[in-house]
Amino acid sequence: MELQDLVDTFEFLDDWEDRYRLLIDMGRELPEFPDEARIEDNRVDGCTSNVWLITDVEDGDPPRLHFRADSDAFIVKGLVAVLLKAYSGRTPQEIQDTDIEGLFDQLGLGKQLTPNRRDGFFAMVRRIHGLADEYSTARAAHA
Amino acid sequence: MSQADPVVGGVSGLDLEHIRAQFPILHQEINGKPLVYLDNGATAQKPEVVIDAVSDCYRSYYANIHRGVHDLSQRSTTAFEAVRGTVQRFLNAASEEEVVFTRGTTEGINLVANSFVRPRLQAGDEILVTGMEHHSNIVPWQLLCEATGAKLVAVPFSDAGELDLDDVAARINERTKLVSVIHVSNALGTINPVEEIVRLAHERDVPVLVDGAQSAPHMPVDVQALGCDFYVFSGHKTYGPSGAGVLWGRYALLESMPPWHGGGDMIKTVSFERSEFAEPPQRFEAGTPNIAGVIGMGAGLEWLMDLGRDRVAAHEADVLAYAHEQVGAMDGVRIIGTARRKAAALSFVMDEAHPHDIGTILDNDGVAIRSGHHCAQPVMQRYGIPATARASFGVYNTRADVDRLVASIDKVRRLFAR
Repeated sequence: MELQDLVDTFEFLDDWEDRYRLLIDMGRELPEFPDEARIEDNRVDGCTSNVWLITDVEDGDPPRLHFRADSDAFIVKGLVAVLLKAYSGRTPQEIQDTDIEGLFDQLGLGKQLTPNRRDGFFAMVRRIHGLADEYSTARAAHA
Repeated sequence: MSQADPVVGGVSGLDLEHIRAQFPILHQEINGKPLVYLDNGATAQKPEVVIDAVSDCYRSYYANIHRGVHDLSQRSTTAFEAVRGTVQRFLNAASEEEVVFTRGTTEGINLVANSFVRPRLQAGDEILVTGMEHHSNIVPWQLLCEATGAKLVAVPFSDAGELDLDDVAARINERTKLVSVIHVSNALGTINPVEEIVRLAHERDVPVLVDGAQSAPHMPVDVQALGCDFYVFSGHKTYGPSGAGVLWGRYALLESMPPWHGGGDMIKTVSFERSEFAEPPQRFEAGTPNIAGVIGMGAGLEWLMDLGRDRVAAHEADVLAYAHEQVGAMDGVRIIGTARRKAAALSFVMDEAHPHDIGTILDNDGVAIRSGHHCAQPVMQRYGIPATARASFGVYNTRADVDRLVASIDKVRRLFAR
């Protein structure tokens, strides 16, 4: 399902339970995360749930960042699946331009993105933007 | 009589409808559903008398205490100092001079660690705690142990979440300098046998600190009957404002302790050569305290005492027993902490959903619980789980709240069913 389809589907589902059911399913359908990557370095710290994130860089001009991620909580895993749809396979510039708050508001999940939620999910968004910043700075330095 | 609560007029005799009416915050909707607040272990909501006491302080007589001859300062000082008498009655302390105001339980423990224990501690000495302590009764001792070479020892507990007194006795020895024990476990709800632990410790002349954060709100507390040497609790869990709490200590012990924080309002005389410290409790109250917070805490304690803590305990025991029965009967739900004596908290995990998932779905359903490690990671490690979902009850909760909890857990089960 592409991002726009997801937004359309969420808009169509006016019952929050159905939205969460979809999220849970999306989490379950995330590609298997390699066990050996579930290490401290890849862990985004959270108070109540953990998120693991690894990045594969596809060389090119500009490069593209591919993400794989996982969580021990299923709803968070579903949210992670939404994030990957928005961010994975994109260029640093595209990532920086992504209005993730806008997207989550559209999905009726804005509450999940408040910084005071001390779960790994918000930290993951910050880490992805941090990576995008790094790669765009690296390119600028080469240019 | 309320239909929502079969306990009204029953075992507790509390009028729940009247109690609930005093908590403005409870009467709102979350996501279109009436709020059910079951996170009292984290903090309790405030009755109008507390909100009014704080507001009245700021509106009509607020000034710094112990300082001015002007009218406002005198009135603030009188109201603030009157709370010592309230706490004395609340704990049945021998005198109000034994009541030290703190920011909360955590500060109370750190004060005892740094002022009472530290000067008495040498390399190889031991501090004894239990395996079910809150981080606030672990980390201060670890800091102390790192600095002194002393050792922190923890008494294990059973699968049900109970201590074995023989295990406690076996770990108290001539190197033990303090036993510091949680009265009621915030993660498991276990009521620990504090009187017996005190007896065992005192047989070997070891003083005992009781972490009362989760007992003070839920049951009568009599420090003289418990026999402990220090008792700490937080005002925000006893229906008062956050940022105010109590360290109670035997006066002779307080008298023997040097100050921890230096500053204004804790001295007799100061010169650059030396300062002479005030007597307890002032010795431990450097700087301007949380004046309105302490006054609000006093209002909360008076409110609890007026309800009658026996009745509060009876009512909450009924709600907790009902919750155990209902939640315990659900397939795919496992209760963590099944001690015979419990208060106020029901921790659980589910086969299909992570505690974070449970908390998220319940929140959407208007039911506020806590999911996480409850600042008691060793407890989670003990059970080999990352976290639990915890419903924790206060005096305003009813069986109807439990029914809402159960319905929402059922929703989690349906949503996560494969």
